[in-house]
Order: sequence, then structure tokens, then C-alpha cells
Amino acid sequence: MKKILLVSALLAMAGVAQAADHGEQLYETYCMQCHGVQGHGNGVNAAHMSVQPRDHTDTKEMAARTDDELFKVIQQGGKAINKSVLMPMWGGNLSDDDIHALVAHLRQLCCGKD
Amino acid sequence: MKGIPGIAALAALAAMLPLAAQADVAGDIQQQCAGCHALSHDYATQGIAERAERKAPPLDYAGNKFQRDWLVAWLQAPARIRPAGMFAPRLAVTGPDGDVVDADALPAHPALPAAQAEAMADYLMTLKPFDALIEAESYEPGSIALRMGKMNFGKFKGCDGCHQDEPGTGGVSGPELYTAWARLQPSFISSYIANPVAWDPHTMMPVGDANADAVAKLANYLKAIGEK
Ligand code: HEC
Ligand code: HEC
Ligand code: HEC
Repeated sequence: MKKILLVSALLAMAGVAQAADHGEQLYETYCMQCHGVQGHGNGVNAAHMSVQPRDHTDTKEMAARTDDELFKVIQQGGKAINKSVLMPMWGGNLSDDDIHALVAHLRQLCCGKD
Repeated sequence: MKGIPGIAALAALAAMLPLAAQADVAGDIQQQCAGCHALSHDYATQGIAERAERKAPPLDYAGNKFQRDWLVAWLQAPARIRPAGMFAPRLAVTGPDGDVVDADALPAHPALPAAQAEAMADYLMTLKPFDALIEAESYEPGSIALRMGKMNFGKFKGCDGCHQDEPGTGGVSGPELYTAWARLQPSFISSYIANPVAWDPHTMMPVGDANADAVAKLANYLKAIGEK
């Protein structure tokens, strides 16, 4: 019995780790080009943009947004929350699961949680 | 009478020659290009991590994408298309001015002699797995005032976040678009803008919400800057 619990706990942890990896990979592919390799908002495109990408490590700003708000801006873009069109909508590229993984990754970046 | 079968055999042989030559070119491309370029397309069955590992853009749908004349010229004298290379997040160095890719440090593309460029371009133009996407397009090239086009490309649609519409102006993670009209087929341009994921499930370009009219305006802007 104990063994089974241990195994399932390990499996659950592996699942979480996998989701975290997935969020990180998505972030690298789609977001770093603007938000930067370290999430500071200074990716390779930033110097060429009229509105600067959000610093995702800014704990105060990021903590002021709910997970639902983050989900919405990723899925529907800056336009949907009356912000810049330079923040694209990703709902046509990413599934809901992908976007949840990204929200989890943003929480890790801003606030050190999974 | 005896000579006729001989002539027929000769004619048959001559008809086969282009095929044989093409097989050679296919082999050359496999040997010289496939080390970097995908010549078959199975991204959809792979995870997203695949995108970061790509050494070069896929060429397996070249015949649905490029203008032959551009290919012939570019293969002889390749100029950089992606200002920050294939995958900026891995190539960038973070410094006081944010992430920067040193374009001079990116390797130069191999250049081909004219005859080989012609032969390879001809072969690449036969690769057309996405005819259906091209046939679904109804885009008719038209004109747009440069000023209006630029506003649309930048302020309204945010394309300039990732693309240059003139050398040195605009984002660098996407291919430059000031030579797009010479490089790309008009229907590829409209189809890719409307739905980049149909071409590449792991494209780094967002699927926007532009309708056919809005897509045509953007494509017409690329035409206008290309013919400027
Ligand atoms: C083309 C550049 C670009 C890309 C790519 C990009 N962003 Fe943004 N993002 C921006 C800009 C610019 C802003 C700031 C918008 C504003 O303040 O008006 C922003 C803002 C945000 C915000 C803050 C919204 C708020 O409530 O203020 C979040 C969260 C965000 N981006 C997440 C992401 C994620 C996740 C990705 C990858 C899937 C991503 N972004 C890709 C440019 C980009
Ligand atoms: C060492 C790796 C490498 C080899 C070998 C190589 N290429 Fe490339 N190729 C690249 C890279 C990287 C790019 C993107 C260049 C850019 O964006 O400026 C590219 C771009 C191209 C493009 C433009 C593609 C596009 O979508 O914009 C064509 C066409 C092309 N290569 C053809 C060839 C052919 C034909 C060969 C073989 C003779 C070849 N390449 C060999 C790395 C390579
Ligand atoms: C977040 C960055 C980003 C934004 C915003 C963006 N693109 Fe792209 N675009 C790319 C990338 C990157 C590619 C090449 C595919 C890849 O490398 O994954 C591309 C490819 C293209 C191509 C094909 C070019 C070629 O040579 O293959 C066209 C045309 C294009 N984009 C037009 C547009 C237009 C028009 C807009 C505005 C509606 C736009 N893009 C917005 C990043 C972007």
C-alpha cells in the first residue's frame, strides 16, 4: 500500500514537472522573442517596439493580475484588455491546456510558485 | 526501317534524361542541404521543442512558397532574411540593452554557382504538398497608399513587432518583409498571414483575426514596399 502511494506520488510529481517543462518550452518559443530570455520584457524585438513588453518578473505588477486575466490576455491579445496590439493573441496557436501551462509558468517567473 | 526503332529508343532515352538529371539534383539537395533544411514535414507529430532545434527553414513546400527567379538569384548571392537568425531566444545574449543577437556572428549561407542554383531552384519548385492551401486563396493583388499600409502594418496590426518593413525598421524575430514580394508567391503571402499554423503548426507567428479584406490590405502593403 505504502509503495503504491509512493509510486503514484512520484507519478503525480512527474506530471507536474512535465507540465512545468511544457510551459517553459512554450514560453521560450512564443514569448521570449518579445518578453526576453529572462522574462524581463527586453527580448530581441523590444528595442524596435513603441510599447514595451511587460516585465514578467515584476512581482508587484504580475501579482495584481488574476490567473483568468492572464489567460485572457494570452488567448485574445492586448487588444482584448485595452492594451497594445503589440501583445499578440495566441488562441489560434495554442490550446487551452497550453495557455494554462503558460499561466503557471508566468506565476513561477513572477512569484516563484508553480 | 531498321533505323526507326533506334530513333525511337533514342527519343525515349532523351525523354528520360530530364528525369535522370532531376534525380541527381534531388540527391545533391539531400546531400548538401538536408543537414540543415527539412525536406519532409512531420512537425505536427513532434512536440513544440522541435522549433528551437531547427537549423534552417523547411524547404519541403518550396514550390508553394517561393518565386523561382528569387530562388535562383538568392542561392547565388544569399542575403540575410531573418535578422536574428533561426531562433532568437537561443542565439540572443542578454546585456544592458536587453537581448541582442550579433548578426555578424551568424554563419553566412552557402552560395551556389549559377547552373546549380538554376537546377536546384527548378527542383525545389516541384515540391508542392500544400497546393490545396494555395488553391483556397482568393487574394487578387491590388494597391494601397504607402502611408495607410504602414499604419495598418504597424499601429493597427502590430506586424512591426516582429518584422522589418524596411532595413533596420521593425522587429527582428521574423523574416524581413521588405523583399517578401520578390521572394514569395502572392497566394502564399495571403494564406500565411491568414493562417500561419496551417503551414507550420509550430510557427512563432501568431494567428491573427484579420478577415480576407484585412489580409489583402497587408499583402498589398508588402507589394507596395516591394515595388517601391
Ligand atoms: C510581439 C511581441 C510580444 C510577444 C511575442 C508576446 N508579447 Fe506579451 N506583451 C507584449 C507587449 C508589448 C505587452 C505590453 C502591452 C501593454 O502594456 O499595452 C505585453 C504584455 C503581456 C502581459 C501583461 C498584460 C497585462 O495585464 O498588462 C502578459 C501576461 C503577456 N504579455 C504574456 C505573454 C505571453 C505568455 C506570451 C507568449 C505566449 C507573450 N506575451 C508574447 C508583447 C509581446
Ligand atoms: C549550414 C546550414 C545550411 C545549409 C547546409 C543550407 N542552408 Fe539554406 N538556410 C540556412 C539558414 C540558417 C537559412 C535562413 C537564412 C536567413 O533567414 O537569413 C537558410 C535559408 C535558405 C532559403 C530561404 C528559406 C526561407 O524560407 O526563407 C533557401 C531557399 C535555402 N536556404 C536553400 C538552401 C539550399 C538549396 C541548400 C543546399 C544547396 C541550403 N540551403 C543549404 C541554413 C543552411
Ligand atoms: C510574434 C512575432 C510575429 C508577429 C506579430 C507577426 N509575425 Fe509574421 N512571422 C513571424 C515569424 C517568426 C515568421 C517565420 C516563421 C517561423 O520562423 O516560425 C513569420 C512569417 C511571416 C510571413 C512569411 C515570410 C517568409 O519568408 O516565410 C509573412 C508573409 C508574415 N509573417 C507576415 C506577417 C504579417 C502581415 C503580420 C501582421 C498581421 C505578422 N506577420 C505578424 C513572426 C511574427
